[in-house]
Amino acid sequence: MKVKSLDELKKIREESLGKVNLRDAGALKGDNIEILVGMATCGISSGARETLTSFVEKLAKAEINNAKVVPVGCIGYCHSEPTVQVNIPGQKPVLYGKVKKDKVEDIIQSHIKDGKIVDSLVLNIDFDRA
Amino acid sequence: MVRTRTNIMVCGGTGCLASEGEKVAKNLELIIKARGYAEEAKVIQTGCFGFCEQGPIVKIEPDNVFYVRVGPKDAKDIVDEHIVKGRKVERLLFKDPKEDKKVDKQEDMSFYKKQLRVALRNCGLINPEDIYEYIAMGGYEALGKSLTESSRDDIINEIKASGLRGRGGGGFPTGVKWEITKQQESDVKFIICNADEGDPGAFMDRSILEGDPHSVIEAMAIGGYAIGADKGVVYIRAEYPLAISRLKIALSQARELGLLGERIFDTDFSFDIDIKFGAGAFVCGEETALINSCEGKRGEPNYKPPYPAQEGYWGHPTSVNNVETFANIPPIIMKGAKWFSSIGTENSKGTKVFALAGKINNVGLVEVPMGSTLREIIYDIGGGIQGGRKFKAVQTGGPSGGVITEEGLDTPIDYDSLLEVGSMMGSGGMIVMDETDNMVNIAKFYLEFTMDEACGKCAAGRIGTKRLYEILNKITSGNATMADIDALKQLAYMVKGSSLCGLCQTAPNPIISTLENFWDEYLAFIKDIDHPQGEGKYVDKNKDDSMLKS
Repeated sequence: MKVKSLDELKKIREESLGKVNLRDAGALKGDNIEILVGMATCGISSGARETLTSFVEKLAKAEINNAKVVPVGCIGYCHSEPTVQVNIPGQKPVLYGKVKKDKVEDIIQSHIKDGKIVDSLVLNIDFDRA
Repeated sequence: MVRTRTNIMVCGGTGCLASEGEKVAKNLELIIKARGYAEEAKVIQTGCFGFCEQGPIVKIEPDNVFYVRVGPKDAKDIVDEHIVKGRKVERLLFKDPKEDKKVDKQEDMSFYKKQLRVALRNCGLINPEDIYEYIAMGGYEALGKSLTESSRDDIINEIKASGLRGRGGGGFPTGVKWEITKQQESDVKFIICNADEGDPGAFMDRSILEGDPHSVIEAMAIGGYAIGADKGVVYIRAEYPLAISRLKIALSQARELGLLGERIFDTDFSFDIDIKFGAGAFVCGEETALINSCEGKRGEPNYKPPYPAQEGYWGHPTSVNNVETFANIPPIIMKGAKWFSSIGTENSKGTKVFALAGKINNVGLVEVPMGSTLREIIYDIGGGIQGGRKFKAVQTGGPSGGVITEEGLDTPIDYDSLLEVGSMMGSGGMIVMDETDNMVNIAKFYLEFTMDEACGKCAAGRIGTKRLYEILNKITSGNATMADIDALKQLAYMVKGSSLCGLCQTAPNPIISTLENFWDEYLAFIKDIDHPQGEGKYVDKNKDDSMLKS
């Protein structure tokens, strides 16, 4: 296929963004939302891997480009795996427990899009780490 | 299909490949597949990250974790720990020698903190063998914009206003070169990319072509449009096989998408690029010699004028620009001359890529705004001198430049101030020497190089460099008298003044500047006293020794 106009090129760009968007987000500093998924052994066995891929997929579908999903080690709440921590810049981090992949949509719609914490999933723990 | 969640960027520059980077990438791929994560994590080979000292480099995105010195055996840990379980592999993180702590993010490393990447913007960020990744980063938009929205004069004025000067070393304003070429009346014109990077220790151009070949192709097309050329040539040395193969891939991809070829962007402009191989002679970086070599003649310079802009390739007006110069063009078109000229100093705009080599901790490729000081580059970015030894001098400008000593360390780097301290910008090689280096030997090393590389066309270059080398040899072997130093000095200025082209006009510079700055080291050889500093011995590379002694 030949590119015949600037608009066509821009269309190709749009379609290709998926190839590099992981890296783009990585290069952004400060103002992007981090979604940390606990991927320890107990996390994985309770479905953290599915949760993680579901986040990636649904964020892309919702066209949220300023959030990155990062697998992290054990957060330490094995009773409530899979655990997910949402860091929005300037806000206190929120830790969710028992986030199976069917809960992902809720967190994206309510917390990440509308800024309302999903109370039913929150693990009530005081912690100072960010 | 599961969407990819992780990109594993593996450095695919020549440096990292030489230390088994290829195997690292292969092992990562195999293990990821074996663990069943092939769709979630993708391995991508990129261009040079620049931190060659710590190669092979592996960067995990979007986690933004930077692993250094990754061996093929480390692939298992990276996959099993990081990709599967989200745990960083601590032992592979970069350890900041100054603060003695591990750093996991690229932007937190002192090596990267003071850098500003314009020409290297995509190196380490995209897969150079995939045109779609380049387009995703905004590639070819500058070409589209130029062809459909700007006149040829607009582009030339924009480049002129940006203050971009040739990055090959001479520092001639690029916009002016294009303007002169455009003004020539001729049906046929050419634009040539000079990728004959010959300075010992320099690898900026190679890394750009390996890491982001499309940026050069796009810029050549823009330049071709501006000056009225429908044909471009990349003159590249055959000893850069990886750059050549990536360039070839890039060219065929660009042709496939119609970004090269007939009627680009449906305009009247047609353009295509050929590759010409050089045998790696230093003199062929000189533009008239380069053109001769392109035409299949001996790589020897011509007398200028006529300049290539007037009579170049096959007698037609030709603009010869350096790889790094080209890499700067698309950002200037997209972001504007104002943005570009806001970086740098009054007469030197933008950034410059340097290849750090020699006795420095962080050997690698760095890009800094013009006006940064040598101290910042050597100590902050380069991490200081190896083994905690003392800094002695830094040679910029390769064999054509001179040494800069401790006093010159706070010189802001731009074309003019480097000339003032007796060196030059050159193409960007920066070789750092410490207290154990003997400066007479350094001068001899460079003269041996220029003697070998002098093409032989003019007597001053052919005989002069040889005699200079012989005198230096006599000095370092301890058989010289003060008269020899006088002769050396006199001959140095003679060669400088009477050679035909830039190569031999600048060849005596290492002698002149070491004589000026390290007179006592020359003296030590004559008076046969203990050498104040340094090894004092020089192992001869030239097998032709018998001729020298006779």
